[in-house]
Amino acid sequence: MNEKTRVPLVHISRRQSLPWYRAWAIRAAAIVLALLACAVITTLLTGENPIAVYGAMIEGAFGTSRRIWVLLQNVAILLCVSLAVTPAFKMRFWNIGGEGQIMAGCLATAACMITLRDVMPNWLLIVTMFVSSLLAGAIWGLIPAFFKAKWNTNETLFTLMMNYVATQLVAFFIIIWESPKGSGNVGIINQSTQAGWLPYIGGNRYLLNILVVALLTVGMYIYLKYTKHGYEIAVVGESERTARYVGIKVERVIMRTMLISGAICGLAGFLLVAGTDHTITTTISASRGFTAVMVSWLAKFSPIFMVLTSFLIEFLSRGASEIATQFGLNHAFGDILTGVILFFIIGSEFFITYKLHFRGHSGKAAEKNV
Amino acid sequence: MDGKTAAVQMRDITKSFGSVLANDRVWLDIYKGEILALLGENGSGKTTLMNMLAGIYFPDAGQIYVDGREVVIRSPRDAFGLGIGMIHQHFKLVDVLTAAENIILGLPGKERLDIKAVAARVREISEKYGFEIDPMQKVYDMSVSQKQTVEIVKVLYRGADILILDEPTAVLTPQETDRLFAVLRSMRADGKAIVIITHKLHEVEELSDRVAILRRGHFVGDMPTKKTNAAEMTSMMVGHPVELNIKRPEPKNPQPRLEVKHLTVKDAEGVTKIDDVSFTAYSGEVLGVAGISGSGQKELLEAIAGLHRAEGGSITYIDPETGKEEELVGKDPRDISDMGVALSFVPEDRLGMGLVGDMDLSDNMMLRSFRRGRGFFTDRKSPHKLAERVVEELGVNTPSIETPVRRLSGGNVQKVLVGREISSAPTVLLTAYAVRGLDINSSYTIYDLINKQKERGVAVVYVGEDLDVLLELCDRILVLCGGKVSGLVPGRGATKRRVGLMMTKLGGGADDE
Repeated sequence: MNEKTRVPLVHISRRQSLPWYRAWAIRAAAIVLALLACAVITTLLTGENPIAVYGAMIEGAFGTSRRIWVLLQNVAILLCVSLAVTPAFKMRFWNIGGEGQIMAGCLATAACMITLRDVMPNWLLIVTMFVSSLLAGAIWGLIPAFFKAKWNTNETLFTLMMNYVATQLVAFFIIIWESPKGSGNVGIINQSTQAGWLPYIGGNRYLLNILVVALLTVGMYIYLKYTKHGYEIAVVGESERTARYVGIKVERVIMRTMLISGAICGLAGFLLVAGTDHTITTTISASRGFTAVMVSWLAKFSPIFMVLTSFLIEFLSRGASEIATQFGLNHAFGDILTGVILFFIIGSEFFITYKLHFRGHSGKAAEKNV
Repeated sequence: MDGKTAAVQMRDITKSFGSVLANDRVWLDIYKGEILALLGENGSGKTTLMNMLAGIYFPDAGQIYVDGREVVIRSPRDAFGLGIGMIHQHFKLVDVLTAAENIILGLPGKERLDIKAVAARVREISEKYGFEIDPMQKVYDMSVSQKQTVEIVKVLYRGADILILDEPTAVLTPQETDRLFAVLRSMRADGKAIVIITHKLHEVEELSDRVAILRRGHFVGDMPTKKTNAAEMTSMMVGHPVELNIKRPEPKNPQPRLEVKHLTVKDAEGVTKIDDVSFTAYSGEVLGVAGISGSGQKELLEAIAGLHRAEGGSITYIDPETGKEEELVGKDPRDISDMGVALSFVPEDRLGMGLVGDMDLSDNMMLRSFRRGRGFFTDRKSPHKLAERVVEELGVNTPSIETPVRRLSGGNVQKVLVGREISSAPTVLLTAYAVRGLDINSSYTIYDLINKQKERGVAVVYVGEDLDVLLELCDRILVLCGGKVSGLVPGRGATKRRVGLMMTKLGGGADDE
């Protein structure tokens, strides 16, 4: 009967639990495999030496102290947006409107810098910018939340549409504020007076942003883990019916959470305009509102792990553009590598949740990564 | 083997999930022309074992023989090919399709679908075994029992000779159960092999020819049903003798606690689910609520708990200390608890409403208490202590307090939920299907807890589906039929037949009131 006994080649079962070090070993193995796969792809497609390509990536991210600061600054902004969307996603509110909420924050900041620069002292100007950017982001987040809470509209579409509205608003104001006239852009705002520019700490332009986001990370961690609000968010996210059953006012939690989510996106906009760019463009947020969704999910909504995931994403993107310039390759090639690496990292989660059993190892299951 | 032919032989079947051994070297024979009752507590591995026959799971080790030939069942398709069909506890039908369309779904066929021929074949099968089915009826128009019929015809249509039914009577009325049993008997007469998984021992005695018992993944034994009895089966399942009588102490000093008057409730689609219902629940009493599933039981409890808006009528709570009356209609759960009404509710959907499956025991205890205290931060210590107390007092079997409740077995999930709900010293306790899917041991733990609350003077409302239990446990039984009160009978002395009739017909037909 043996030749007829066709045990399946492989079958899959769910793991009960996995010690954390095994889970991290699987993730590490995924990254190693990803680098190997990228090396093969690089050699096949470009004929370049993969080691040199990886070297260039590291060079691009850490090559000079300026590059390190730029990397950290980008990590900080991306982390800020990721922290912003996290409470919403934890609540299973699909906020893909981070982009629009950042834009709203940028617009409010720029508007204050341009219209109020001559009427108030610099410190008051910065405070006003700060407050109005938070408010603008909060309003942008609250509108879809209000409609969701009242009429159960689809928040995914709603927040997505709000992105376009925000981008168009920014485009509109760029024309009003354009300088010099006819250039189609705003240029550096208050270049001579530096009014409304965030102060440099110890002569470093990016340090303040990084410190603000570091504080925010700790704050968000505590907020989600130890406060009543955080608990309510978790319950609403896991089961709205349970939330209602224990008397949580779901509508209120949705609106409150999106208010916070939007406000932090607004803060990211403030940091971008007042802290680093000192200008406003329609592409200023550089799709961070979307990238942040991935950062947040990869970190399983843990603010602490988000530091790692946002660092990884920024490192890959910095590295990718360095490859493009150093080897004269198309920028898309860097993106291909980034895509492959992310594919492996996300794919590794499957092997953390499930176990594969191969034919021939009866009882004792073989395990393999990706 | 006294003339019987084995349809299926399972040998040394082993299956583990992670570190949990669900089946450990199980031997089981299933014979043609015989109804086998597969018994065991929750988590004893009955459903897992049968799922391996049906191709849902694949065994880690062991052999399966069908008609004496060793086979490998890798998928439900393989199982059908061998004539094995399983009717799951949760039906797997497409609502918007008709019975006939559901029945042929997934079957290979010609490009042109001849639904008339399918319907004719369905009718033929129905007549042969005595089903009542309209092949052209849409599934969403069907009652639970009709849906079950479709599931059974579906496997027969595929030529199944070996039928496995997982708790088929859990959702049926006594009359529907009788009809199902008649069908199963005629299938047995036709030479089919039938396995039913059930917890209800009286059904085992009534229907089956043989019982096989599993305990903690091990095969304990099998015997002809005639040669055993409920007490023996239970002790084999549990591993020690169990007292099978439900206590029913006399209510002490009953006082009106909850007065429901002319209550009318509609569901989201505007369909009236509760129609002009009035009754009074007394302290120190268990008020049973009987009815076919979907007769408004869920809406009634949710309306009292403030989770469902009432269209009309009133729900009055009478405070046991002060005698003050509070109106609950128009209040949400938060308002009700803020008013100082100690109302606890064990809902039907334990993991979807009563608990959060992915949270651990401690966090689930916190659901009721997290708002306490003024601060911005939650108090995590007292829920943790409460969780420890519940685990200890109710004997919850869990690896730790930090285990997500989703990982626990059904009985333990329910102990966690009931434990939390009674920890707040309620004066009204609403329970919906409190023992659904629970094994005998756990069920008796829950009955004991309910009786303890009753003795404490709590007004208990017990929505149940097992009439035998309702008749043994409750002091009075409110019978709902289509959202209306069909009758209110004393639990002592009422008969199953009478309550069953009242469930299907307002007032129970010719019966006097």
